[in-house]
Amino acid sequence: MSEQQVFEKVVSIIKPFAKAPEALAGAGMETSILKDLKVNSARLVDVVLEIEDAFEIEVKDEDADKVKTIGDAVKLILAAKA
Amino acid sequence: MAERRVVVTGLGVLAPNGHGLDAFEHALRAGQSGIRFVPELAELKFGCQVGGIPQGVEEIQGRYLSDEELYAMNPNMVYAAIAAIDAWTDSGLPRVAADAEPDWNTGAVLGTGIGGIDTIAEKLAPKTDAGKVARLGSTMVEQIMSSGNSARVAGLLGLGNQVTTNSSACNTGTEAVVDAFLRVREGRAERMLAGGSEGHSKYIWAGFDAMKVLNRTKNDAPAEASRPMSASAAGFIPGSGAGVLMLESLESARARGARIYAELLGGHVNCGGHRLGGSMTAPNPVSVQRCIRGAVAMAGIRPSEIDLINGHLTATFADPHEVENWRAALELTPETLPLIQSTKSLIGHALGAAGGIECVASVLQLGRGFAHGSINCEDLHPELAKYAARVLRETRDLPELRTVAKASFGFGDVNGCVIFRKWSE
Repeated sequence: MSEQQVFEKVVSIIKPFAKAPEALAGAGMETSILKDLKVNSARLVDVVLEIEDAFEIEVKDEDADKVKTIGDAVKLILAAKA
Repeated sequence: MAERRVVVTGLGVLAPNGHGLDAFEHALRAGQSGIRFVPELAELKFGCQVGGIPQGVEEIQGRYLSDEELYAMNPNMVYAAIAAIDAWTDSGLPRVAADAEPDWNTGAVLGTGIGGIDTIAEKLAPKTDAGKVARLGSTMVEQIMSSGNSARVAGLLGLGNQVTTNSSACNTGTEAVVDAFLRVREGRAERMLAGGSEGHSKYIWAGFDAMKVLNRTKNDAPAEASRPMSASAAGFIPGSGAGVLMLESLESARARGARIYAELLGGHVNCGGHRLGGSMTAPNPVSVQRCIRGAVAMAGIRPSEIDLINGHLTATFADPHEVENWRAALELTPETLPLIQSTKSLIGHALGAAGGIECVASVLQLGRGFAHGSINCEDLHPELAKYAARVLRETRDLPELRTVAKASFGFGDVNGCVIFRKWSE
């Protein structure tokens, strides 16, 4: 799976939780999930669960804590799949 | 502080036989039942296989709630949110912007009987027991906490006054109206949303089926299953939904030029203490009569001024006792008892939502000048024969309808009664 494909999948997973749809539409790797997309911080737990299911990976709590931007999530997924 | 007058300026209802005031009015007038066969209950060998469930909610909820909000909501919360938003909108208030100050003058008492037990049963317990706590996600607490319904509504509407969930079984919605009424009357809030919600779920309804208090005789004829005051009543039919009223100080309503449906003249709640014939499941008749008298006394009216009783009337053995309690409490004769009706004949018993939905029905009838008939009591219970002329079996246009008494009686031997009067300057 290419980085672009992973990126698009991550964006689709975040979409239902994002309260800033315009920011989501123009999102890039540097886009902050909490600040830019206005995802409720409690929902990061759900985003990580969905990522685990969608990519069939396991994410450790300490790794999940480091995810701030879409790019962080993409890199985490690519590393786990490598 | 002087006690203030409290009026109803908004109504919201999501009932098994209609969503919104126009659809609900039509269903009430037409005697349209919202009770349907529920295949899942048959598959699970419930004795009662019919129930009242609001229809088309999947389509409706998308117009009220975002995906992110819905992600963390069970039916109890969705129903409460739809009815509360409708009551807010109906009252003519603008929505509080997401980045604005909360509305410090408006709060909510939105009750539920059984709350998020469906979420507990379907998700929390199985995953926890399987050692998969990490798979529960972030939404479990907000869905199973008793105040999940009122908390969600607070966020949707930006409420800044007291926001709470009460729970008193089948009296929940009516108790919420009384509690909110007292808060506005005392001047602690200008406006309070008040009412109740209850989800539909096999897990919510199973315990009642096990008690054999649900009607098992009409699975093949759902519309005939809820039979309050009938000789062939054989238990209640479980229902779900939500009913919410906007209660407001008269000063506030006048200041903003709000449309006023009715004044809430008085209300009372009490408990029979499981004494004098009362128990966990049966009402103490003395407490029922004291509750009705308390509401009438606070309203400052004579019992003969009541035009219509919207009873608790669930279709159990207790219906004739209830009617007799109304007569005794009001010190009237069977011939002079106000007209009496059961909204549950059309929608079943919506448990924690019942009082909310039935208060909406009461105020709606005052506002629109009609009184709906109770269906399925053509064969009036023999103990009610002397009340035959007072049991409303056909819908009537009643432009002169002025005063409605609404009561609920719940498990735990708890009672609530409110008196609404049609608004006129």
